Amino acid sequence: MESINRGEIIKVSGPLIIAKGMRDANMYDVVEVSDKRLIGEIIEMHGEEASIQVYEETAGLGPGEIVVSRGAPLSVELGPGLISSIYDGIQRPLDVLAATEGSNITRGAYAPALDREKEWDFIAQVDVGADLVNGDVLGVVQETDLLEHRIMLPPNLSGRILEINSGSYKVTDVIGKLEDENGKIHDLSLMQKWPVRIGRPYKEKVAPDEPLITGQRIIDTFFPVAKGGTAAVPGPFGSGKTVIQHQLAKWAEADVVVYIGCGERGNEMTDVLNEFPQLEDPNTGEPLMKRTILIANTSNMPVAAREASIYTGITIAEYFRDMGYVVSVMADSTSRWAEALREMSGRLEEMPGEEGYPAYLGSRLANFYERAGIIRCLGADHRVGVLTAIGAVSPPGGDLSDPVAQSTLRIVQVFWSLDSTLAYRRHFPAINWLTSYSLYSDKMDRWMNDNVTPRWSTLRQDAMRLLQEESELEEIVRLIGHDALSDGDRLKLEAARSLREDFLHQNSFDDIDTFTSLKKQHRMIELLMTWYYEAQKALEAGTDYTEIATMKVRDELARLKMVPESLIVDTAKQLSMKITNEFAALNVGGRQ
Amino acid sequence: MAREYRTIEEVAGPLMLVRGVENVKYDELAEIELPGGEVRHCKVLEIDGTDALVQLFESSIGINVEASKVRFLGRGQMLAVSRDMLGRVFDGLGNPIDGGAALIPEAMLDINGTPINPAARDYPNEFIQTGVSAIDGLNTLVRGQKLPIFSAAGLPHNMLAAQIARQARVLNTEDKFAVVFAAMGITFEESDFFIKDFRETGAIERTVMFINLADDPAIERIATPRLALTAAEYLAFELEMHVLVLMTDITYYAEALREISAARKEVPGRRGYPGYLYTDLAGLYERAGRKKGNKGTITLVPILTMPDEDKTHPIPDLTGYITEGQVILSRDLYRKGMRPPIDVLPSLSRLKDKGIGSGKTREDHADTMNQLFAAYSRGKDAKELEVILGSEALSDIDRVYAKFSDEFEEKYVSQGFNTDRSIEKTLNIGWELLSMLPQNELKRIHQQFIDQYYIEDQEV
Repeated sequence: MESINRGEIIKVSGPLIIAKGMRDANMYDVVEVSDKRLIGEIIEMHGEEASIQVYEETAGLGPGEIVVSRGAPLSVELGPGLISSIYDGIQRPLDVLAATEGSNITRGAYAPALDREKEWDFIAQVDVGADLVNGDVLGVVQETDLLEHRIMLPPNLSGRILEINSGSYKVTDVIGKLEDENGKIHDLSLMQKWPVRIGRPYKEKVAPDEPLITGQRIIDTFFPVAKGGTAAVPGPFGSGKTVIQHQLAKWAEADVVVYIGCGERGNEMTDVLNEFPQLEDPNTGEPLMKRTILIANTSNMPVAAREASIYTGITIAEYFRDMGYVVSVMADSTSRWAEALREMSGRLEEMPGEEGYPAYLGSRLANFYERAGIIRCLGADHRVGVLTAIGAVSPPGGDLSDPVAQSTLRIVQVFWSLDSTLAYRRHFPAINWLTSYSLYSDKMDRWMNDNVTPRWSTLRQDAMRLLQEESELEEIVRLIGHDALSDGDRLKLEAARSLREDFLHQNSFDDIDTFTSLKKQHRMIELLMTWYYEAQKALEAGTDYTEIATMKVRDELARLKMVPESLIVDTAKQLSMKITNEFAALNVGGRQ
Repeated sequence: MAREYRTIEEVAGPLMLVRGVENVKYDELAEIELPGGEVRHCKVLEIDGTDALVQLFESSIGINVEASKVRFLGRGQMLAVSRDMLGRVFDGLGNPIDGGAALIPEAMLDINGTPINPAARDYPNEFIQTGVSAIDGLNTLVRGQKLPIFSAAGLPHNMLAAQIARQARVLNTEDKFAVVFAAMGITFEESDFFIKDFRETGAIERTVMFINLADDPAIERIATPRLALTAAEYLAFELEMHVLVLMTDITYYAEALREISAARKEVPGRRGYPGYLYTDLAGLYERAGRKKGNKGTITLVPILTMPDEDKTHPIPDLTGYITEGQVILSRDLYRKGMRPPIDVLPSLSRLKDKGIGSGKTREDHADTMNQLFAAYSRGKDAKELEVILGSEALSDIDRVYAKFSDEFEEKYVSQGFNTDRSIEKTLNIGWELLSMLPQNELKRIHQQFIDQYYIEDQEV
């Protein structure tokens, strides 16, 4: 490595060190600290003194030790080999480190992010002499059974291909040569680098208009997130944030999923590592791990690297987006990332904002979420790439007035509010249907009306109204008891209970219930609401309430969620008939 | 190569500024020699050029700026570890206080440890029997888990901690089991209770104790849990034992952290606790776990008293975000005479599902656990209704549930601090209780288990 600049430590305070003699270094350059070669990043410059956040434990460092700048900002390596990897916050491959350094992470441990020895079969898709613009696809590598890795021209390079060859290559091998406009010749390889703090360029952004199907009923039906949209899941501990994030990582419709475990539990990452290779993608039947990349910077790993992990994750996601794929990023949890920001800010003795968080918390969060979206990729071939960002927020005590939660709500379009009372009642997912919202609802209703059923928006709004009425009625029940309600109101309570228990409640650990297709969601909500509409009619026709409430068909409606996808259409038809027949029988009885 | 300085510039609270030092490292350990020859310990908190900001582990009383000497030791804080630690009692800095001989160290380890690589972790999925039904049956502890006990002032968490330390064992294996006990800021009486209890019951033989008392310097408290975890790591990952680490009381630990943070004039976070409280606690809790290819495990049970029984206070709140569940003690149950007063409904062991079932506990465990939760919760609801509307308002079945919830607390939860129940026994008591309910109410249990275990014709 070419050393651009050498300095010398003068101060050490936790993960922050100050070095002198750094006049020629640039802001955000990566530096190597002491002969242990700990990785750090310059975050402030004062004259020839640089403040450096060090990504590793700094015990044992002292004044006088050397600091060497690498002359480039913190960057990630992008190329074949990313999929199925597990990286720490600065893209060190944890599985490789575990094999070479042992089960604990030692300081200064290093391994390249992409395997330098592995050979990939590259198939060129352009010819010698072709004039290419930046972002054009040079060729492909079949990285896993699920993913064709498109090798693109880096965003800063365009020109004429002088040489390009299919064949078996390592990531650093030269696969071809390109002559740019100025006549300079560049070697092309399978791998490129990109600085994590800068969003990868694209042609233009377009507004999201299609739902991201997650297979989670309360999300898809009531609070949908758009492809290319942003969502936040705030909630107190024990309310199931991580389970929801895992469910989305497992089932959300995506070509690539980047899961960032940022300041969370080590065992959770182990869980993902154990489980994902076993789980099958509902669309392809291949193990989910073949489309997943994990970034694991657990809570006990150095705090500065936690700050970087979010950027590392989203840059990798952008790279796959640029290939024209649908990519999702899950960040669990952005609150821990914000705390890392706060810790560094405190060490820099910056003027604190609310609760000690730096004043730039909001803009940093916005920078992260705004990297999501639907974009037209660089390159001449009109690819469209999608990046959806979903962040968990862990507000202290579940209190949403927390600065991180508030700054997040200002940016994201979808808010799934987790509720500890629901979790306490073991109602999962514990998304509160009264306080959550999705600003995409109207747009998504239109899509659902066009693509699922024209009645979608009516069904959804009726169901929502029912749930809203339930909460009002429950207030009354609490004051004057159940007996004081009219039969019509009782029916509402009963129908709402059934919506809650038979539709909103979803068991993520059950093989069938864990994922529900739109087709099935449609049948379920239609049948539940049909029963309610019919029951209302029957009640008006004078049928006894108890008879309606105890109808046999209701047991079958309750078991709908356990009906396998393949049988749902037939089952729904039969049930629909049964509802009609049973009500017909009741109505006859009622008139007698 | 000890370097001595007589250049103490200022002493304020637990912090001391030493000027003109050379070649001093961050986090390095140092000694202060007082004019009378007394030696105290401290460590470097910040090094700025030739100024070292040093944190005292002990009191600053008697430190003379002119005449005291500071000696930098050229190493971080280490702990001498050995298999002979079992059965011994140490102070909060790792010195023996049981009158026994000094240890002959098998290794010297840095007390800060290094983070376990997430890719090298193994998922916790083996059962630990604590002998306490409310834990084993409903909030099962798993080897490698971190499961705190949320308590409050005046509740018997120490009794429960001692009970767990005495009774905990692993089943179906020849592997060795050990307990590491770290006390931070507890009173002499409490510490005396633990030491006596462990000695009398023989539990001391497999236990290592680190005791930092309430009147020991708060700063020492920062080191105590790290010493305990370092000892635990040695026993678990070098000697391949199953180690249960009990820590009491995390609240005092966090307060010590706040004290230092305030002395350093750091920007405070919530309730004056430093912004890095989460990271600091995680640095302790995350040392629990299992590693691939290693038989040893570290299971962590930290105990904390919630100030004003407020679960949203930063200490229980941040702990809850890191640990895998919590066991909650309830004052209501305690007043009703339940011992231990574990409130099972808000308690939760996130990893329980992985550690129970056939081959681990018993095949009916998961079903009965869910049914007991559901039935107890329904019984509690019924009792609440009874309070508001009178017992006439209850249906027959609700009355059975109300009775069930009373019996459940009485027989299942309130087993006393000296009863050690095997998991078989716990599950059987569960069935005795469930058999109070009609069979068709047991919707969460597979029919085959009802056929096998349900007790017919039990009196209601």
